[in-house]
Amino acid sequence: MIYLDNAATSWPKPEAVYRAMDHFMRHTGANPGRSAHQPSIEAGRIIYETRESLATLFGIGDPTRVVLTSNATEALNLVIKGLLQSGDHVITSSVEHNSVMRPLRAAEKRGVEVTVVRCMPEGILHPPHIEQAIRSNTRLIALNHASNVVGTLLPIAEVGLIARQHGVLFLVDAAQTAGCYPIDVEATSIDLLAFSGHKGLYGPQGTGGLYIREGIESSIEPLKYGGTGSRSEHEYQPDFLPDKYESGTPNSVGLAGLGAGVRFVLEQGVPEIQEREQELIRFLTDGLRAIPDVTVYGDSDPQGRVAVVSFNISGLTPSEVAMQLEEDHQIMCRPGLHCSPMGHKTLGTFPQGAVRLSPGYFNPNEDLERTLKAVGKIAAARARC
Amino acid sequence: METERYSVVLFHSMSNALQVEKLLKGMGMAVKLIPVPRQLSSDCGICLRFDRRDEPRVKATLEKKGIEIQGIHPMSR
Ligand SMILES: Cc1ncc(COP(=O)(O)O)c(C=O)c1O
Repeated sequence: MIYLDNAATSWPKPEAVYRAMDHFMRHTGANPGRSAHQPSIEAGRIIYETRESLATLFGIGDPTRVVLTSNATEALNLVIKGLLQSGDHVITSSVEHNSVMRPLRAAEKRGVEVTVVRCMPEGILHPPHIEQAIRSNTRLIALNHASNVVGTLLPIAEVGLIARQHGVLFLVDAAQTAGCYPIDVEATSIDLLAFSGHKGLYGPQGTGGLYIREGIESSIEPLKYGGTGSRSEHEYQPDFLPDKYESGTPNSVGLAGLGAGVRFVLEQGVPEIQEREQELIRFLTDGLRAIPDVTVYGDSDPQGRVAVVSFNISGLTPSEVAMQLEEDHQIMCRPGLHCSPMGHKTLGTFPQGAVRLSPGYFNPNEDLERTLKAVGKIAAARARC
Repeated sequence: METERYSVVLFHSMSNALQVEKLLKGMGMAVKLIPVPRQLSSDCGICLRFDRRDEPRVKATLEKKGIEIQGIHPMSR
């Protein structure tokens, strides 16, 4: 099997991730931070180390500013539902994932005003368009770091600066970039960073997180309330991080795996991973563009994108192409709208969508050579009909 | 156990306790996270035990890192 759906979730994972999870299940087991016996403390320690590794990766000074969640979606909901109030204005882009768009559309019903700044068809965003959209009641700019449809990177450093100058909070959705593109919350003025644990950070599914800049938590309500293992004598939610936003027994085994995944990333080095993925995406996009009847979407410059490419074969629907890739060539991809109807409207591929290939750090070159051959065959067979 | 030798730091949260444990261990101090002794009470149920002779270094580290604590108490029988 050739797995080219790493933008949905990465697979395989580094060996250390499997080992950390197996070890946790067999030998640690206990509920972290709830009891004071050594296995419980050890479970807490493992989770703390995951927090610490994430802090190192994103340039965060204090690991307790990292709130662990079940995925990027939960992190994004936490901010959008917990921060925005009726009368607030929020700015976002037209290549957002539904994990941003849907909570925003729901917030609109509560009286929050939403401006969607349009990107170019290649997914490129011009920072001045964001600045022009700022009003006196703008509370938040929520921006995807890289489109999960075309892989195009958005100019978060420039937008971060604009947000800072105007006193607007800046939320970045790093689901597609965490682990494979350098991120520094200080250098890019990020106030809130939402990320998936199960994509470029190589953790298991059901992991993710949110960085919250110091001081902002006083204006963000928790998504859930409950037991935290701290301040147990109080009936009110603690107000300090991470406990304020981490009620209930966590996904400890998953977070043990996530810690091992992040340490793998730190050992390899983000620039090394980025370079490898750029090599893969350059090879794949160049190869696809050379096939007659294939349309490739997005920025042609591999420097400006992550390892995601979407294409269509004329005369075939994305799902037909995906089915042939799987059945005849054992290649796993993802057809359709990729949870981003607006992203596809931006590209001009709504409502049929596109076929998305997302290679990962572990794909050998042969996987892509075989994929290009397979796409060539499918396109040629269609052209003969 | 010679409890006279030890003091404990009480924290508001488990994350802080774990953070400080790691810092002090990294500095070569023999510290251990233990359940909070019966006569004390803490927000998070665990505390960090250290050799009383290390108290100045422990306090300096907490201050330097800006970590709020509930208090430091000698362990007594
Ligand atoms: C850009 C983007 N944002 C958010 C998400 C949601 O991530 P998760 O599945 O971790 O909730 C995804 C992935 O599905 C994504 O690609």
